Amino acid sequence: MSSVVWFESYWHGVKPEVGGKGASLGEMTGAGLPVPPGFALTTTAFRISKEAVNLDAELALLLTDLDTNDTSMVEDRCRQIREAITKMPVDPQIEKELRDAYAELCRLASTDDVPVAVRSSATSEDSPDASFAGEHDTYLWIRGADAVVDAVRRCWASLFTDRATCYRAEMGYVHESVEMSVVVQKMVRPVSAGVAFTLNPSDGDRSQICIDSAWGFGEGVVSGEVTPDNFLIDKVLFEIGKRNISPKNHEFRLTDHDTVEKVETDEDRATAPSLTDAQIKAIATLAKAAEKHYGCPQDIEWAVDADLPDGGNVVLLQSRPETVWSKQQRGSTGGGSNGDFMASIVSTLMNPLHTQKH
Amino acid sequence: MADRFPSPFDIETPEGAEGWQEMYVYSSMFSPARKGFEDSMFWFQDGVHWPNVLTPWDATFFEFAIASLSQYNTRHLQVPPANGIAFRILNGYGYLSPVPADPATIEERVANFTDRAGHYFMNWDDLYDKWMVKIRDLVAELEGLQFEPLPEIEDADAVVKSGAGLGAGYHLQDNYHRLVSLGLKLWNYHFEFLNLGYAAYLDFFMFCKTVFPNIPDQAIAKMVAGVDVDLFRPDDELKRLARKAVENGVAEAFSAGDVEATCQILKGSPEGQSWIASFEESAEPWFNFSTGSGFYHQDKIWIENVEVPFEFIRNYIDKVQAGEDLNRPVEAIRAERDRVVAEYTDLLTSDEDKEAFQGKLGLARTVFPYVENHNFYVEHWSHSVIWRKMRQLGETFVKEGFWSDSDDIFYLKRTEVEEALWDYYNSWATPEAPAGPGYWPPIIEKRKGICDALAKWKPTPALGEPPEVITEPFTVMLWGITSESVNSWLGGGDAVEGELRGMAASPGVVEGLARVIFSPDQIGEIQEGEILVAPLTAPSWAPIFGKIQATVTDTGGMMSHAAIVCREYGLPAVTGTGFATTNLTTGQRIRVDGTNGTVTVLD
Repeated sequence: MSSVVWFESYWHGVKPEVGGKGASLGEMTGAGLPVPPGFALTTTAFRISKEAVNLDAELALLLTDLDTNDTSMVEDRCRQIREAITKMPVDPQIEKELRDAYAELCRLASTDDVPVAVRSSATSEDSPDASFAGEHDTYLWIRGADAVVDAVRRCWASLFTDRATCYRAEMGYVHESVEMSVVVQKMVRPVSAGVAFTLNPSDGDRSQICIDSAWGFGEGVVSGEVTPDNFLIDKVLFEIGKRNISPKNHEFRLTDHDTVEKVETDEDRATAPSLTDAQIKAIATLAKAAEKHYGCPQDIEWAVDADLPDGGNVVLLQSRPETVWSKQQRGSTGGGSNGDFMASIVSTLMNPLHTQKH
Repeated sequence: MADRFPSPFDIETPEGAEGWQEMYVYSSMFSPARKGFEDSMFWFQDGVHWPNVLTPWDATFFEFAIASLSQYNTRHLQVPPANGIAFRILNGYGYLSPVPADPATIEERVANFTDRAGHYFMNWDDLYDKWMVKIRDLVAELEGLQFEPLPEIEDADAVVKSGAGLGAGYHLQDNYHRLVSLGLKLWNYHFEFLNLGYAAYLDFFMFCKTVFPNIPDQAIAKMVAGVDVDLFRPDDELKRLARKAVENGVAEAFSAGDVEATCQILKGSPEGQSWIASFEESAEPWFNFSTGSGFYHQDKIWIENVEVPFEFIRNYIDKVQAGEDLNRPVEAIRAERDRVVAEYTDLLTSDEDKEAFQGKLGLARTVFPYVENHNFYVEHWSHSVIWRKMRQLGETFVKEGFWSDSDDIFYLKRTEVEEALWDYYNSWATPEAPAGPGYWPPIIEKRKGICDALAKWKPTPALGEPPEVITEPFTVMLWGITSESVNSWLGGGDAVEGELRGMAASPGVVEGLARVIFSPDQIGEIQEGEILVAPLTAPSWAPIFGKIQATVTDTGGMMSHAAIVCREYGLPAVTGTGFATTNLTTGQRIRVDGTNGTVTVLD
């Protein structure tokens, strides 16, 4: 089996091989939720590489009598382990597969040395659903195959940060039972980005999708520093019912140092819509798919990636349940049951018909 | 911004139209005797049905239609908030004013309406079947009315010895009385169901707007709209005939030039003859189809102007030969309708709402075939027969020297036709020379001049006191008159330079060149890919819908016939813009947003 599992070829059978994060990204891709493209390097890759240099024996030696209350001891031992891992050669066949996969990602993005995020995705044989979220390292804006290989080793090594090591001990996990997959995922370079709700946040209308969008990274939209363009799309007909184009005087852009900074927007761009109709519909499709996948109204973050081809450049960054309206159980509208349909018709005729114009 | 529209009493008579009032019945005039009431009301010009000047006889259907509507609202069904609609004719144009019911009577009306309308809703299919029989009987009776010149002497056997005691002289007059009575009956039947249909539709509509405040109007229409609709049948027949022409190998004949040349060729072969037989089969009743609203004698009727359907067929033949499938994708339309319904149902959170949604949708779908189909049976088929019969009578008068053109009869009021008939009958009986040939021609001449002068007058869209808010449900549904349109007529609102607002009648956004036309005779000017801009469109324009990108009209609401047909043909449409034909010119680049109801001038 290859040591690389692309998100789109993920299936539940490989879950133990790709860790929690890898599985979640694979599942989302399979559900029609287009996360930024990427792949997972399997747990086997780490194991084979370890076995080649008999690393486990060395680890066992350093871990057997580790006293987690002794911070200086933890610091010292963990540093030694991490050094051993970062210096360890990656199995040549695995390294080739990793480099090939990265090259494929570059091709996909039509970019040499496409920047990627290299993320740890740990899993435990004993408890496959255990969450190690935040325990291990993530490296952003990694460019070039050598740097990717290096970042992968650093992710492996992050299995033995002081904190992660103590956490395992505290939680009663056997160190050797925790395995490490590494996810390599394209960094999004957004033309535009923002949020979307799978209901109308102003009135809770479940038949609508509401999109806020601005140029560049979504930070400005999320924090409220930029007044975004706003679009309202009908969830069933996919008609764009309302569009409010706001002056977007600032945008968040990537600097040469891979940080994001707030800059002034050119006048033309400030008043131009930050999304095309096709992009609006693609985001709505994605939001609708997220709601269906998770079974409740969602609040998502999305971006339009500059590197990906049209039709495949709208990506989902995050999806979480919408909390404000979803908690309110709207009562029945009343007067609706078949028995008293005439009462309802009379009331319809008697009440002022509100304007039908939008 | 003005706070009221001009008083009907301050509207001046256009030059050359002096004395126009004599063309109409006195009760249809604004008059000092009712000034108090008339000045207190809000009147709007009904451009949806009567965009042009009414000739004296054509005012008949204006009066019959609106009076029948009123009668049903007020006397038959007791629609709780709405009495009838007052109507007046001013400078040749029809104005309407909805009359609310006295609030003190509402309670009683609700009880009556619940009982009476409830009966119709509960027995809709049965009553609708009966309606179909009634309307077909009515058409057959109209078809049986003959208006031939009176004989030199009556037939010995059939009339004299049979003991009938009545001859052609009596029947000629009686037939005219019956034609007028059948016209009124027709309009009674028309409103037997129509407002009930709208009420059930409106109930579903309002429920959708309550549970989904932002749901597009078109989504609601889509869920209710029928798939097999008689109103689309004439167009389907044209397509069938185009396919048959290609299959029979007689398509060539349609490039021969005019109808006569084409028919000459067709008659020359068995295949061609079989095609002609097919055409005749389709023509009755489906080509009793008016190029206009059906309310004017000048509107062309396909069956009497076969160049109109022939031209459409020729265009369809080109498409068939280019390999285009003309069939409406009925299965796909059904599947899409089911998908839309299923998805909105799934979005409802409570079982109660789901049940109410299904119940209301069910009722709306039960009543909607009437809303969609009646237009063919009443305004097109029945009216076509009436216009035909009236021309036959007009022709008889021409033969007797009363006037020179069969259509001149429409410059007489319906009561004046009785007078002329009496004159003819009486002079035939005596015999002596009728007075009519000396009496009518100058009157007809003068009235033609008045109508020409009135046609140049652009009717003011509204008169009198604007209402606080337009609440009368049928006014909004049928005429597309909303608080916004009233506001924009007054010159206020959020008007944007170079932009027109109207009803979002059929979704989609397109850009293209405008083609402004004012009458059905100009249909031929429309070029492939243009955007049609017209005072209103008729269902019979459907064959050009394959040619144009979008439609913009001056008048009409969500449920106006233009809107129904545009949705069926998937054509973006903005209706009820008020000023499209005034503000836009042919060749202008415009953007039509049928989703939001806006039209933007791009250059």
